[in-house]
Amino acid sequence: MKRIIVGEGSCGIAAGAAKVYSALEPLVSGDKSIHLGITGCIGMCYLEPIVDIYEDDTLLQRLVLVSENDAPAVAQAVKSGDLSGVEHLFIKDEDKEFLSKQTRIALRNCGIVDPTDIHDYEKRGGYEGLKKVLGSMTPEEVIEVIKTSGLAGRGGAGFPTWFKWNAARNSKSKSGAKYLICNADEGDPGAFMDRAVIESDPHNLIEGMMIGAYAIGATEAVVYVRAEYPLAIKRLESAIKEARANGMLGKNICGSDFSCDMRIKAGAGAFVCGEETALIASLEGQRGMPRLKPPFPAQAGYNSEPSNINNVETFANVPWILVNGGEKFAAMGTENSKGTKVFAVTGKVRKGGLVEVPMGMTLRDVIFGIAGGIRDGKQCKAVQLGGPSGGCIPYELFDTVIDYKALTATGAIMGSGGMVVMDENTCMVGIAKFFLDFTTKESCGKCVPCRIGTKRLCEILTRIVEGNGKEGDVELLEELCNAVKDSSLCGLGQTAPNPVLTTIRYFRDEYDAHIRDKKCPAHECAALLHYHIDEEKCKGCTLCARKCPAKAIDGTAKNPHTIRQDACIKCGQCFAACRFGAVTVE
Amino acid sequence: MCGCKEKKSDLSLISGILDEYAKVPGSLITILQKAQEVYGYLPVDVIYHIAEATGNSPAKVLGVATFYTQFRLQPVGKYLIMLCQGTACHVNGSERILAAISENLGIKNGETTEDGLFTLSSVACLGCCSLSPVMMINGETYGTLTPDKALTILKELREKAEKEAQA
Repeated sequence: MKRIIVGEGSCGIAAGAAKVYSALEPLVSGDKSIHLGITGCIGMCYLEPIVDIYEDDTLLQRLVLVSENDAPAVAQAVKSGDLSGVEHLFIKDEDKEFLSKQTRIALRNCGIVDPTDIHDYEKRGGYEGLKKVLGSMTPEEVIEVIKTSGLAGRGGAGFPTWFKWNAARNSKSKSGAKYLICNADEGDPGAFMDRAVIESDPHNLIEGMMIGAYAIGATEAVVYVRAEYPLAIKRLESAIKEARANGMLGKNICGSDFSCDMRIKAGAGAFVCGEETALIASLEGQRGMPRLKPPFPAQAGYNSEPSNINNVETFANVPWILVNGGEKFAAMGTENSKGTKVFAVTGKVRKGGLVEVPMGMTLRDVIFGIAGGIRDGKQCKAVQLGGPSGGCIPYELFDTVIDYKALTATGAIMGSGGMVVMDENTCMVGIAKFFLDFTTKESCGKCVPCRIGTKRLCEILTRIVEGNGKEGDVELLEELCNAVKDSSLCGLGQTAPNPVLTTIRYFRDEYDAHIRDKKCPAHECAALLHYHIDEEKCKGCTLCARKCPAKAIDGTAKNPHTIRQDACIKCGQCFAACRFGAVTVE
Repeated sequence: MCGCKEKKSDLSLISGILDEYAKVPGSLITILQKAQEVYGYLPVDVIYHIAEATGNSPAKVLGVATFYTQFRLQPVGKYLIMLCQGTACHVNGSERILAAISENLGIKNGETTEDGLFTLSSVACLGCCSLSPVMMINGETYGTLTPDKALTILKELREKAEKEAQA
């Protein structure tokens, strides 16, 4: 049977995949020999919308950047069996490498299975891990396999998963209840791997969670998902119903004595809820504020009962490990970081998308080898890892390997997997300010160092990018950063200074240029820009003067124009409008 | 009295929600989410009503409602523009989009146009980073924005709303 499969993750839909699907539907609906279906995120976001053409389970051709106008040609090509009519949509060999250079475990089914069909997941070996565990293993044996695998928390901290499971297993519950919680509150701006896993392969998450639930003896499982991910919530809801109907959730799972049900809790928008104790407070219907540890969630978590919290990607690895063995997972990676890691590669790269690679690869392998380097022929400057808790690693250190220890040594962190690549036009002081602006808004306000410290840091950074920086500001920033790091209550405050500290460490010259020379080397900070018109090049076309919202450009037709600096609001419209390259910026 | 309780919302609209969740521990956020779906925002008298029904103080309910960015205490326009200000969008120029939309609509972030058509809200990350800069309007995502493209989208929505009003 011929199958036309449209990639409908959030990215694909935003790029127009749902319109492509709707356009194809009436064209093939009468033809019983063709099945039209969907899959989740293929990961090649830069080529969306993507349409795959299969003969049974064999991929015949991948069509990229498909528009709804291509639908008749696609339908005709599939019907006739001659795909040459849509040759212009075929994926290029260079782009095939984007996937072929990856090693996919957590994402192994993403872009292949239909997320709305449990049987599609089962055909790919789905629920085999859970059946094996419930049929032939004790919880202790499961924890031992996870220990052998070396799986560490993929949410960012990299804490050994087996250790948390073991602690929750050995913790006594007063009421008999124990909870397994999945942290899908993917708040790091620039990361979307958890969303992709839930949207594309929700049963993998359910299976991983049920294996974890069995290991710790959980009575209920909860997935805490960001409210900003409506499609993920919808797909997971339907997958939970399907799993329940097929005996993979609920009472006596797979006919065993083990029972555990699952529900979704939609978050309400608070970055700090990624912190375990804040997430628990939010689950209990409170303001999502963290508290001191101990007691750890394994001892007193949700409803004061033993609870274990893992990230989506962590759970997504679990079924594969149980089927293939811990040793096989541990064979990948470096001495202290095992297995693979998923990254959301975005920013100024040519090929943005989801990349899963074995630990131990270098940043250069990922950013240049897989993501194709920087677009528009620009110079690469840095990569930001770990979002607001992470840091910027300069281009000179791109041979650093992906490994918890090696990345921490640079001042950044592995983080949850956001990898935002920056070029010569990204101001590093501006990036530091961007993140501090974020953490200032997201600080819950419970502890003083974080609430006031991040605000003061943000104020100093703001005055620097606005051209009012003072000598000694960098030293002041460093002193304040260390105070906030050392004395904040939770991870949010303890890591919030990282973007400032790493940009000072590697891009001190940019700070100095802002403070001393009142210049932004990246030409990004509007307040520090100066626009000029080159008299030689100006043809006097008057376009810039007409576009200028401040009426700051003087001149008559066919004569060179000039900008009155005191009236210029530095909006850049003249620069964008000039067709002769006469407007310069410095 | 500040008089804010005097607003008259139709409280019967959430009686079903309260019957289901009011006595379930830890459901306050769920109740607020569902109430917001009903009213489009959280009117003050609704907050007082929820407090009474759940046995919480109004301060506690308001405390939760103001902690999370999802909850709104003011009505929103027909179209809610959620403009992404995530890292990837920032690097790819989302601030220029924000400036263009602000200027075009004459409103700042968090405000609603006088005709009640648009509310502008910048959000942390919509998770469509590969299409940055991105905005989501009433559930539909628009990617690879430029200031011009964003303004064209607003213009189309305004025309659509005018047509609907005529019909």
